[in-house]
Amino acid sequence: MAVRVGRRAKPGGGELSSSPESARAARAAHAPWRENRPTDGWLPRVDFRDLWEHREVAAFLALRDVRLRYRQTAFGVAWAIIRPLAAAAIFTIVFGRLVDVPSDGLPYVVFAYAGLTIWTYVSSAVEAAANSLIEDRALVTKVAFPRVLAPVASTLPGLLDLAISLVILGVFMTVTGVAPSAALVVVPVSVAGAVAVSIGAGLLLSALNVKYRDVRYALGFALQTWLFASPVVYPSSLFDGAWRYVFAANPLVGVIDGFRWSVAGAPPPGAYVLVSLATGTLVLAAGVLVFSRMERRFADVV
Amino acid sequence: MRTAIEIEGLGKRYRLGTRSERYDTLREAVARRIRRRGRQEDAAELWALRGVDLAIDEGDVVGIVGRNGAGKTTLLKLVAGIAEPTTGMVRTRGRIAALLDLGTAFHPELTGRENVYLNGAVLGMSRREIARRFDDIVAFADVERFLSTPLKRYSTGMQLRLAFAVAAHLDADIVVVDELLAVGDAEFQRRCLGKMSEFGRDGRTVVFVSHDMASISQLCRRGIWLDRGVVRADGPVGDVLDLYLGSRRERFARVEVPPEPDQAVQLLSVALTDAAGREIELPRRDEPLVVRLRFRARERIPALDVALYLLNRQGVRVIDDAWLDGGAVDDPVVDAGDYEAHVRIPPVLAPGEYTAGVWIGTNHEDFLDREVLSFEVAPRPDDRLPSVSRRRVVQPDVCWTLRSVSRRSET
Repeated sequence: MAVRVGRRAKPGGGELSSSPESARAARAAHAPWRENRPTDGWLPRVDFRDLWEHREVAAFLALRDVRLRYRQTAFGVAWAIIRPLAAAAIFTIVFGRLVDVPSDGLPYVVFAYAGLTIWTYVSSAVEAAANSLIEDRALVTKVAFPRVLAPVASTLPGLLDLAISLVILGVFMTVTGVAPSAALVVVPVSVAGAVAVSIGAGLLLSALNVKYRDVRYALGFALQTWLFASPVVYPSSLFDGAWRYVFAANPLVGVIDGFRWSVAGAPPPGAYVLVSLATGTLVLAAGVLVFSRMERRFADVV
Repeated sequence: MRTAIEIEGLGKRYRLGTRSERYDTLREAVARRIRRRGRQEDAAELWALRGVDLAIDEGDVVGIVGRNGAGKTTLLKLVAGIAEPTTGMVRTRGRIAALLDLGTAFHPELTGRENVYLNGAVLGMSRREIARRFDDIVAFADVERFLSTPLKRYSTGMQLRLAFAVAAHLDADIVVVDELLAVGDAEFQRRCLGKMSEFGRDGRTVVFVSHDMASISQLCRRGIWLDRGVVRADGPVGDVLDLYLGSRRERFARVEVPPEPDQAVQLLSVALTDAAGREIELPRRDEPLVVRLRFRARERIPALDVALYLLNRQGVRVIDDAWLDGGAVDDPVVDAGDYEAHVRIPPVLAPGEYTAGVWIGTNHEDFLDREVLSFEVAPRPDDRLPSVSRRRVVQPDVCWTLRSVSRRSET
């Protein structure tokens, strides 16, 4: 076989000496082609087969974060209780006692803790998602897996803390004599809303963070603003009439009000929830769109 | 023979700065947008790959050679689908395992067992698959007793073995390997090589990048030489290696050192030459090598000393010799002016990569101490390429004779 020199050299390749007909070879024979070529256009190209094949990666990444979170800490998982508890204590003293913020007829501690349960989850999930691609830089530059799994996986461990918070909330409600209503069955829906908003914002921020590290610095400030723009320490009933619809442009308004209603029997949220639903969907769509558009450059830039 | 990898018109462009600076800030991006409005901005670009056409058959074992920056790793990344090409396309058939790095997903705080599962999943194994191969992986890595120990307590060697063990048990049809053999000890390299040739025997397609010509020629049937992003040669591995090594001898290695005006003595350039003073890039182990140092003294310096050291890939100082060591210079007083020192190194260096460093100073002052040049020493053409690079530091011409001292008659 002669050597071919030059740019358009065609393949040579020796003969295969022996090929044991293993299961692998049989499978390979039927494997479809997978293409890697430049993308164009704005529409996302989602490879569902690829996502499905790598579904366990998200689970393992989430499991890793759960395992790492409290490893080598003295208080361990207790931190999942201590942090929201401390925040609830502070908020109850400052806003419930000193400022006397209204709380929709609920004991302030139940009111605030319900809001904080959702808020703690959303803020930690968004923050973890926003930094996920940077922190797993080695994976992004060395391994082929659907990048979307990294930010999505980092919104999962917070659900464990959320579950623990729910138990504590139950304790608060028992102590203060607040009984849940039949609306309790809707709790998963409000939690799903919180997850969707977190994934939407997390995808958006993680993609931007790969290219613009400003995200990292702006994030703390943005989250703080978001907290005070959400009905965590005060009820959305502070806004009347049309203003409430403006307020509900923050998707967390619908999520938190829905959660308080379903878990603690606060007044049911009105039609303004639809505004939150719309903006929440918009955030999720924007996250998916921006992420899938920027995704293919991650390995070059991160 | 069916094709496993098809590559057509493949090109990858990097914007310079994206690679070195790594990321933009928003302010820069906005500023660039605004500037671009005024005039066409010519951002510095680099084509890491350009117009590459290749087809690799199923079961082929292909070695890719080329200098640093020739686009080898970029090609692997595009084949594995980690990065997106700028032009052209790559098509692959079957499961791909990309071993661009070992233990990519390893986390020091997790235990050995947890890391095996995490890394296996990231490389594309399902939980059931990992569970089925878990014992094999652990036995291969020889870490049975440390499965519940956090990885940070493992020695580097154990971490490497575990990482390779996970990768080696992937049930992939196409295996893409980048320079794995550069790390680890000789025993580890032997295992890696063994596993790779096993992949080849199993009928898997292997694409293998290495600077180690010996393992390329041993493992691969086909060689591809990449040069500045373009395929320069493609064919039987021996012929491609000959062409590649031959080309390197035509070039030369010289480094111009940027000026440092406030130093009393400044190094101007470092070059490799042969005994006749011709600049070369790839000295052979059986030829004397001369390192030529040019330096400038800006003032009169009594007792100036100049040293040259050569580090091999393991960081061993194979040569470390100063001008005054041998008392070769009668009068070490140096007046202001430019000088050229020739350091003649007898043919003892073993084939491999070296880094040359220069120190200039006096008894009480260092003017300069830095690594200035990397180069490779080539084997002699008739050298038998060892299957695994030996750990020898020098390779002078050792003379062997064999004679019989008594003859035992066969009955």
